[in-house]
Amino acid sequence: MSGGEVRVGVRVNGSREVGRAEPRTTLAEFLREELGLTGTHVGCEQGVCGACTVVLDGVAVRSCLVFAVQAEGCEVQTVEGLARDDGLHPLQQAFWDAQALQCGFCTPGFLMTALVALRERSDWDRAELRERLSGNLCRCTGYEPIVDAVLAAAEAVRNSGGEAAT
Amino acid sequence: MKTAAFDYVRAGSTAEALAGLGNGRDARILAGGQSLVPIMALRLATPEVLIDITRCPELNTHGAHEGVLTVGAAVTDGVLERDPEVRATHPLLVRTLSLIAHPEIRARGTLCGSLAHADPAAELPALLMATEGDVVVDGPAGVRHVPAVDFFPGPFTPALDEGEMIVAARLPTPGPGTGWAVEEISRRPGDFALAGVVCVVDLDGAGRCARAGIGLFGVASTPVRARAAEEVLMGEQPSHSVLDAAAAAAFDDIDVQGDEVHASAAYRRTAGRALVRMALGTAVRSASRGAA
Repeated sequence: MSGGEVRVGVRVNGSREVGRAEPRTTLAEFLREELGLTGTHVGCEQGVCGACTVVLDGVAVRSCLVFAVQAEGCEVQTVEGLARDDGLHPLQQAFWDAQALQCGFCTPGFLMTALVALRERSDWDRAELRERLSGNLCRCTGYEPIVDAVLAAAEAVRNSGGEAAT
Repeated sequence: MKTAAFDYVRAGSTAEALAGLGNGRDARILAGGQSLVPIMALRLATPEVLIDITRCPELNTHGAHEGVLTVGAAVTDGVLERDPEVRATHPLLVRTLSLIAHPEIRARGTLCGSLAHADPAAELPALLMATEGDVVVDGPAGVRHVPAVDFFPGPFTPALDEGEMIVAARLPTPGPGTGWAVEEISRRPGDFALAGVVCVVDLDGAGRCARAGIGLFGVASTPVRARAAEEVLMGEQPSHSVLDAAAAAAFDDIDVQGDEVHASAAYRRTAGRALVRMALGTAVRSASRGAA
């Protein structure tokens, strides 16, 4: 039958990337296997766990529910794009400081979800933020340190005039 | 957990998508993919061809005109819930969208895709039924409008003929005097509902119920109208006792389906009656405020 490889071009973390993928290759697989960006983790592969969350044209999406070919010409931001030359992204630093990770498997997805949540607003209260992050599953932390971290990062965003959410 | 192989077609227009559906292969329309891709990953669906409609300009439009919000087949839930015009003209839709999964799913999931998937536990088919919207379908026989009540003949089965696709949904917007509410019970925010209800109520000048639309989801093999409850309400002053009687009657003609894993039929019926009662109370209060 069919399903032969096609060319896929995307901009990932600011640089133009071109690869080949079968139509059935998900964006998550494409990032990991074709581009070698293994920071994006693959958990449930059916949209439930949130581990594979990336930012696609400015919105957080499940990269296991997007075929790579659908992302043709789009802008993708992954966890590899967060750290700066001078160290961790403020959100990553907040996770570090609050001990918001243990095994780390869910962390890239949480970071990308939280990044977009902080672009949406920086005045989250705890209850709203818990619901905003509820699409991502963590089996280690019990979530509270993650919420602590994102609230701390939100404060950093407010104090930096938004710079910390870029 | 990898989908079966398929050919991918990026349609540039509705005509291109329809041509792809009509070429004799087992083709499916791909819009947001938030339901279709998981069922493909589980190999519950193995289409030969996926026709991606997300870049068809005419399917990416939405707008309200003369009391009807028309939503193109490629418009995502996320776009709708952020749009100030939609927030102003159809707050019931915005509230209903907020109950669907999580923002990361709504960022790609589409309203029309939910209608095409026809999950009996989904909110949007019940909303379309309660508000008497319709589905705009295009195909070999041309464009036709299918009323919501006729669009969901069975579980996961939309009333689409061979070669047809949804191009838009038409959702009547609540008028200034229309009361509305949506309520559901789910284990966690974003989960599919164990039982849920969408309702709209209009009161006449004397405060009697002039129109009632009650759509139930998560309780039967398809979304259903609670006709018996609507009949109890029609022409009546919506007193507490009338609302109690309507809620009690809501499941009279409905074959409630339960399952071992999530909730029994008895639970769904009991919870559903409570939800209908809550929703009617909220809807009647907001209708009274709007009429005053």
